[in-house]
Amino acid sequence: MSIVLAVDDSASMRQMVSFTLQTAGFDVIEAVDGVDALEKAKGQEVDVVVSDVNMPNMDGITLIAELRALPQYKFTPMLMLTTESGGEKKSQGKAAGATGWIIKPFNPEQLVKTVKKVLG
Amino acid sequence: MSIDMEQFHQVFFEESLEGLDVMESSLMELQEGKADPEVVNSIFRAAHSIKGGSATFGFSAVAEFTHVLETLLDEVREETREITSEMIDLLLQSVDCLRDQMSSLEQGESADSERSHNLKNSFLRILESDDRIESSSASIALHKEAGLTEGWSIFFKPEIEIVQSGNEPLRMFRELSQLGRLKTTAHLDALPTFTALEPENCYLCWEMELYGKDISEAQIKEVFEWVEDESEIRIKPLTPNTDSNLKDNVGSEQLSNSINSELNTIPTEEGVNSPEKNEAKSASFSKRESASIRVGIDKVDELINTVGELVITQSMLSAVGQDFQIGQLARLQEGLNQLAQNTRELQESVMRIRMLPISFSFNRYPRMIRDLSKQLDKKVELIMVGEQTELDKTVLEKIGDPLTHLVRNSMDHGIESPEERLQSGKPETGIITLKASHQGGNIVIEISDDGKGLDREKILEKAVEKGLQEPGDTLTDEQVYQLIFSPGFSTADTVSDVSGRGVGMDVVRRNIQELGGSISIRSIHRTGSTITIRLPLTLAILDGQLAQVGDQIFVFPLVSIIESLEMRGVEVSKAAGGCDLIKLREDYIPVVYLAEVFGISDQPVLLDESLLVVVESNNEKIGVVIDDLLSQQQIVIKSLEENYKKVEGISGATILGDGRVALITDIGELIRLSGAMHINKMEAGNVMFPAGPQAA
Repeated sequence: MSIVLAVDDSASMRQMVSFTLQTAGFDVIEAVDGVDALEKAKGQEVDVVVSDVNMPNMDGITLIAELRALPQYKFTPMLMLTTESGGEKKSQGKAAGATGWIIKPFNPEQLVKTVKKVLG
Repeated sequence: MSIDMEQFHQVFFEESLEGLDVMESSLMELQEGKADPEVVNSIFRAAHSIKGGSATFGFSAVAEFTHVLETLLDEVREETREITSEMIDLLLQSVDCLRDQMSSLEQGESADSERSHNLKNSFLRILESDDRIESSSASIALHKEAGLTEGWSIFFKPEIEIVQSGNEPLRMFRELSQLGRLKTTAHLDALPTFTALEPENCYLCWEMELYGKDISEAQIKEVFEWVEDESEIRIKPLTPNTDSNLKDNVGSEQLSNSINSELNTIPTEEGVNSPEKNEAKSASFSKRESASIRVGIDKVDELINTVGELVITQSMLSAVGQDFQIGQLARLQEGLNQLAQNTRELQESVMRIRMLPISFSFNRYPRMIRDLSKQLDKKVELIMVGEQTELDKTVLEKIGDPLTHLVRNSMDHGIESPEERLQSGKPETGIITLKASHQGGNIVIEISDDGKGLDREKILEKAVEKGLQEPGDTLTDEQVYQLIFSPGFSTADTVSDVSGRGVGMDVVRRNIQELGGSISIRSIHRTGSTITIRLPLTLAILDGQLAQVGDQIFVFPLVSIIESLEMRGVEVSKAAGGCDLIKLREDYIPVVYLAEVFGISDQPVLLDESLLVVVESNNEKIGVVIDDLLSQQQIVIKSLEENYKKVEGISGATILGDGRVALITDIGELIRLSGAMHINKMEAGNVMFPAGPQAA
């Protein structure tokens, strides 16, 4: 079973992502910001990262760059949750090593579809 | 797959309200033209989260509104726009508006309000143009209307490190093949020799033909969406008559179906707000506020620790008890002491769970003062001290309204206009200080201002006019100031919008007294006033002094006791009005015989064998005559009214260790009662005092 690391400072979004992915059969590890996520990803290898961008302490783009620099996460799919107004964020995210993005608002089906897609 | 999004709504509302609090307090820190990036960022983040959540959970009115906010904040954050005080005002109004919207949504009503439309339009005017909100629906329309062909020819040359971003070309081909029938040709030209080959790189490029009816270019672009910037991608339509027999449109039909179903399942506010759900929601809403409490992990950990120790003590005691011999008495006593300590700690940690910092109440004032100073055209600075002081949640909730009233009063009646202040040699900006601190078992809240202070003459004049005071009476300043707490008293010549809306200081005092607290005023004319509120930390537990009177035990709140002394040799003098007085150092204080007040015994009190407890409430002191002082202990207050009925002079009851009920004295009422009793006695002409040196 694939393990998803779901990162969002908003509890409702985090719960929604986590619950949706769990319902779809994934194991989900939750993190509240980049720092928390980095620590958890180091503790246990995850198969895909789904992260919000705007977060306190460490934002999603820095998180992705930090993770990408670790050997075990060199090829791991990492998705950013971003809004359509974040065009610049997308390119920053890409530069940091993000695989792609999911545009907010998204519905549970879109989320599951995208995560399944990147896991191949 | 169906996920009930409603289950996340409550969390969303709670975090949004928290976010709005952050927004509000950060906005208060902003000043025109000066935007601390960290502060702006925290405002932006709050707006951004609310927008993202509301869009996801289908609250489109909130999403559209916050989108405009966010756009503006983004420009401020990117320093392409300077923050103006008009913008700060509008943003603060938006915080209020969003709070209302959240509570509407929480109760299942529509969040669409005229206010949000007006605010949105104001922001749009600032932004001058706005086309972003429509862009998402426009892009959906684009998907539908894009040109349809029989198939596409695709060239794809990814950047060399593509897989190191987690993007796998194979995955894209798989996706394409879901759209229609895919034919791929790989070009190996760029492949280096084996020794030069870097296995983590991608040296290939592909030419593809995708056959299928109704495949739009946008669908193909979507597959490459994440890599289009770094890769070379060319998409060209195939000529309609090439290979038409290969058409396979099953896949594309499936896809368009799934897109349609996605569009249908995006939750809408109408869908969420079915009437029966509304009822259930609004019913639960009214209870929610006081029904739950947020507790810091440290407090819970502390509780668990204490319970852990209690378990150890319990097992130790049960080991001692199993085969008890008298030689183990010391161990038993040690165990019991430990148990007493554990119990006390457990009680303290449980009580601490109910404690919240007073900042929960104070936090509303910076905003209020800001709004009021605009409204009243006064310049005021607010200083808050000791916001982290903790007090019981119930007390905290009930103190909010009285405090608001007092702060409003300071703003309205206390602080002068800038001109007046300058004339009287004060700085233009007035200062209001809110200060909270613990003093013994009390929390003391002070509201001070450096305004014009109370006007003794004006208060007296008003009191006489209202019939609260006889003209010509001589009163101390303290007594004059107490007059403003009388029902129906207001010195403001006109009832203003800010204070004096019918709720007077008498209500403030009553509210505080209901919480077992007291209120007092210090004031210097033309210099300022300080109002001091003293409240018990908690309403559930009291540090009490047990006292014996006849065969009864009474409890005095420890905080109200000033001292206790033996009556032997104390001179009791009789004042006009039949009241007994004793001279305590420089003061004369009235004496109350508890046995007499509560009708405990007909026997005259033997003063030589009695004790006098000097207690204070509302700056008034009395001496209470009792038989004996017993131990001091923490007692749990039980309501007498709930279990029996209200008894004058008694604030509650408690159950002692031996199972007996002890009554808790209400000092304020006792003072009042004693005065009333003496007056009654005088009227009846029945002056009968217990035997004592001066009673004969």
